[in-house]
Amino acid sequence: MIEVKNLHKSFGDTHILKGISTTFEKGKTNLIIGQSGSGKTVFLKCLLGLFPYEKGSIIYEGRVYNNLTEDEKRDLRAEIGMVFQGSALFDSMTILENVMFPLRMFTKQSKSEMEDRADFVLKRVNLDGAHHKMPSEASGGMQKRVAIARAIVNRPKYLFCDEPNSGLDPKTAIVIDNLIKEITEEYQITTVINSHDMNSVMEIGEKIVFLKNGYKEWVGSNKTIFKTDNEAVTDFVYSSELFKKVRKMYQDENS
Amino acid sequence: MTALNNIGKYFLMIADMFRKPTKWSVMKQLILKDIDDLIIGSLGIVAFISFFVGGVVTIQTALNIDNPLIPKYLVGFATRQSVILEFAPTFISIIMAGKVGSFITSSIGTMRVTEQIDALEVMGVNSLNYLVFPKVIALLLYPFAISIAMFLGILGGMAACYFGGFVSVDNYIMGVQQDFTPFHLTYAFIKTFVFAFALATIPSFYGYYMKGGALEVGKASTTSFVWTSVVIILLNYLLTQMLLS
Repeated sequence: MIEVKNLHKSFGDTHILKGISTTFEKGKTNLIIGQSGSGKTVFLKCLLGLFPYEKGSIIYEGRVYNNLTEDEKRDLRAEIGMVFQGSALFDSMTILENVMFPLRMFTKQSKSEMEDRADFVLKRVNLDGAHHKMPSEASGGMQKRVAIARAIVNRPKYLFCDEPNSGLDPKTAIVIDNLIKEITEEYQITTVINSHDMNSVMEIGEKIVFLKNGYKEWVGSNKTIFKTDNEAVTDFVYSSELFKKVRKMYQDENS
Repeated sequence: MTALNNIGKYFLMIADMFRKPTKWSVMKQLILKDIDDLIIGSLGIVAFISFFVGGVVTIQTALNIDNPLIPKYLVGFATRQSVILEFAPTFISIIMAGKVGSFITSSIGTMRVTEQIDALEVMGVNSLNYLVFPKVIALLLYPFAISIAMFLGILGGMAACYFGGFVSVDNYIMGVQQDFTPFHLTYAFIKTFVFAFALATIPSFYGYYMKGGALEVGKASTTSFVWTSVVIILLNYLLTQMLLS
């Protein structure tokens, strides 16, 4: 579990995160949603330790991030898996080498042990037979799967995903969403996903934190988001014609 | 103010580069890859330019000496001195700032743009040690490339004498051997080591700290070439003043 207490982050005079407090639960897919510019990416990068923050605390199962030594922070980072928006695969390595990378850096396993583990996670993300391709030869969906495989190869306790299905077709996006949900439940990981995709919200939003202008505006789940009266959330959720129709059908059914 | 800020940031980057070292088994492969990319991959252009510029220096010297009192072997002597003291260490380093420097800036800059550096940091890897340190170590072999440049520059001069007939090859060789001061080679290699460090770190600095997208990668490469060249010229002046005067 990750606890966030009164988190503040500024860039110069621009106050981005304005006192966010929330918890991200273990074994659940926790979504951070909100419009562009709401502070989602900054929030995620603060959670990852990529951005220092001025005030507040982030607590990883009792460990307060800002109180950790550099070595303890490094150890904590070894427990984190991250799927970047653009996959961030290393161009100069094959898919297999990309997945083996965390093992090469942080374990003393033999090459064959690393290959076996990488092979296992690549099969887990349904990516068999692409081991020796370069990332540039893989499709967007394949690259996302490789990124997920790389993120979970070291058996992380925390999985962070920054818009994992951006740029993917709707069918592949759902496959990726479901894969993340399955892995979260299977390995009991605390997963935090940054998204503005309503399909993801509906599919895997077990806990949803809605951000607006750097504030935590609403907290709920995919079961409660369509029932909320919060104006900012309804504006966001029903911004497309499709979801307006879904709401109308829902209201007709209930009337 | 920005320049001072950048200078401070550059030295902090150098200090950070030595922290949290990468596993030796991984680092060894990175160093070998960088030796291939930065040194072996540059030998062709270094050899080509050295040979022909050595020839041109010889022709220019020969054509500008029309006083019969000046001995013919001076052409070989002047070529040797020009090539060893300035052309090979300094001129080749400026060319390398364009070739190797822009490669380093654009490759690290592209990694920054595509979040690969963030990925390294999130995994707990010291990205500066992982990316910059192997380049510094690889460029310790830069004097090897400069030795080849010296040899081929002088050979190019001899070829110019042979094919152009400006002075006899015997005269040229005599000039090359005339009044040789071994310290000049020491001076040239000290300069080469200092330039190698600049060649590895300044382009890395511009790539690592760049912000923006593909367009900014191009701009960062240009800026890194300009500043690496400026620093090499300034260091050349300072080292020459300190070591030869």
